[in-house]
Amino acid sequence: MSAMPVCNNAALTVLLACAVFASMPARAEIRVGSKQFTESVILGEGATRLIGHASVRVTHRAELGGTRTLWGALLAGDIDIYPEYTGTIVQEILGHRALTDTRAIRAALAEYDVRMSAPLGFNNTYAVGMRRVRAEQLNIRKLSDLVSHPKLRLGFSSEFMDRADGWPGLARYYGLPHTDVRGLDHDLAYRGLEAGEIDATDLYATDAEIRYYDLVVLEDDRHYFPAYDAVWLYRATLATEAPRSLSALMRLEGHVSQGEMTAMNARVKLDGVPAARVAADFLKREFGFEARLELPSATDDFFRYTREHLLLVLSSLSAAVIVAIPLGIVAARKPRAGQVILSITGIIQTIPALALLVFMIPLLGIGGAPAIVALFLYSLLPIVRNTYTGLRGIPPQLTESAVALGLPALSRLRLVELPLALPTILAGIKTSAVINIGTATLGALIGAGGYGQPILTGIRLDDTGLILQGAVPAAMLALLVQGVFELGERWLAPKGLSARR
Amino acid sequence: MSRREGPPAGAAVFELAGVTRRYGTSVALARIDLSIEKARTTVLIGPSGSGKSTLLRLLVRLIAPDTGTVRFEDQPLTDDNAAVLRQRMGFVVQEGGLFPHLSAHDNVALMARYLRWDTSRIAARVHELAAITHLPADALRRFPVELSGGQRQRVSLMRALMLDPDVLLLDEPLGALDPMIRFDLQNELRDIFRGLNKTVVMVTHDLSEAGFFADTIVLMREGRIVQRGSLTNLLRAPADAFVEQFIRAQRSSIV
Repeated sequence: MSAMPVCNNAALTVLLACAVFASMPARAEIRVGSKQFTESVILGEGATRLIGHASVRVTHRAELGGTRTLWGALLAGDIDIYPEYTGTIVQEILGHRALTDTRAIRAALAEYDVRMSAPLGFNNTYAVGMRRVRAEQLNIRKLSDLVSHPKLRLGFSSEFMDRADGWPGLARYYGLPHTDVRGLDHDLAYRGLEAGEIDATDLYATDAEIRYYDLVVLEDDRHYFPAYDAVWLYRATLATEAPRSLSALMRLEGHVSQGEMTAMNARVKLDGVPAARVAADFLKREFGFEARLELPSATDDFFRYTREHLLLVLSSLSAAVIVAIPLGIVAARKPRAGQVILSITGIIQTIPALALLVFMIPLLGIGGAPAIVALFLYSLLPIVRNTYTGLRGIPPQLTESAVALGLPALSRLRLVELPLALPTILAGIKTSAVINIGTATLGALIGAGGYGQPILTGIRLDDTGLILQGAVPAAMLALLVQGVFELGERWLAPKGLSARR
Repeated sequence: MSRREGPPAGAAVFELAGVTRRYGTSVALARIDLSIEKARTTVLIGPSGSGKSTLLRLLVRLIAPDTGTVRFEDQPLTDDNAAVLRQRMGFVVQEGGLFPHLSAHDNVALMARYLRWDTSRIAARVHELAAITHLPADALRRFPVELSGGQRQRVSLMRALMLDPDVLLLDEPLGALDPMIRFDLQNELRDIFRGLNKTVVMVTHDLSEAGFFADTIVLMREGRIVQRGSLTNLLRAPADAFVEQFIRAQRSSIV
């Protein structure tokens, strides 16, 4: 009865969502990717502008996450090119083999139909840094000095914690005894250093913050870290399908010095200049060409984030409603199947959101689709559980009356049981919607956009205003949805159930 | 069964043969043979746990027997034909069992709408039933929570009668009402039953109520039928010590 229009709208939304994703042209444009840190975003912007100058349609899927996300997206064809570092390629991407020279690396990459450009000109190697005051106090100058200070609190970026060439390898190589080692966001680590909450963190050699926070880079005296020369990784097909764009891009080879890159990072991170502007200025200075620079206004951004966020939430939630209500009905009818259904949806709920999103990448690539599937899975439990509870909570004499009247099972469900359970089911959908709106902000990590995008960029740039541009609308949307549901519950819920004498 | 009655006067509407029903290890009904006569009022009575409600539920197949058969108008009642045959029975439970999300009118009209009666036919029938049960017209627009206990039972009776069934099954229909209303409604109900000339099967634990309504009383104890007969029959010739004791316990309430 009253549940039907909800389902129809939901189906429509899912179809629309599918249509949007299916209609993306496969090859008419070149897609540049970048990692979730400033330097990668600047390089991505630079590439986008250079390729765009060669009059090809080009998009930049910025801030996609870490190496695994980008490499996965490149192999899946979700992106065509992204900036990478030779050290990362050797240690992380091709880590299972011993590769010594560039020729061997190229050969290994060729097996994946991926090619590597010549170095862009700077070496952004990993390093470990401390505040100058603290380092001088303890008389620490090199990495091997750390051995005699086992009580130091270390805070490393999550990726550095996980990588084979990161903390685990470093600790083994130098015999570092430290036990107070935490993983945290790279940008938050600087703030932790400044606040004195951690004593040392991993750095990139071109980080703008080294000067800003007055840090010392500890000398890698036993030469643990390999070279991290910046290069382009691109799909081999690009050479035949878009040779002009590719040769435009290769003009960057050998043109970006360590000093220039550090300066560009500092302009974005410390002076708050948009990465697109910094990249455009560099290209103008270096190659003398005027790249058209149309920075979207804050209002444009807001509407785009809202549109993306609503698409994520509406399509995943309506799909969840369509699937979860029948599952809840089955669970309420068949106790054994019910146990299985409730357990499985419960287990899905315990998977950390970030992990679930990353699991989706090998299956569905990056962008909206994997985020919608992950959000869909997350939205199941509250709706399944409430449908189950709502149906099980119907007084037995009402069910008996419906049976005794001669209503067959399906009509009983439609005319009596679902309307009686409707308030509980709606409460479940409301819970799912509110959780969904919050969780959808993580979608930005795999390129799905939404309100998570300004939050992500804000964290990267240490820009509280930008973080609020995502966090406030997300919170408002959650409150709005909650309010709409409460009104809807009053309208939709059967009158006789709410009126109390 | 200690004593057998003679063959029933009218044709049987329900015929139970060797019906046994267990709940786990406890036996709710033990090898019951019973026929229920057409156009008469049969009252099932007994202490709590005697199986009287279980027996009523078997008649409308809310539960199925473990062994034995229940026949309704010469057909065995099965899971397959139950939904259709139930439309020829009207069932009323203690609290009325009205659906709280539907108005009184929609409760009454639910099955007729499901069977796609046209609106004028539904309106005429609801009007007719409201007159029979003395339900005020404005009560039809209200939801069950907005009705008094007596009105709820009237609506429940209307719903049971909507499709003009052959049989009315009532499970303690007056049990939840206070004594004054109960007294009034007893009289009205008896008049309605007589006027409609339907087969009625009613469950109660109150001997005076049973005597008031019944053509035949079926007294039950621990899943068995102890005695079957008129009230006079029970009072004059109790079948065993239990019947005597049951009558004595309730005697004060018999007018």
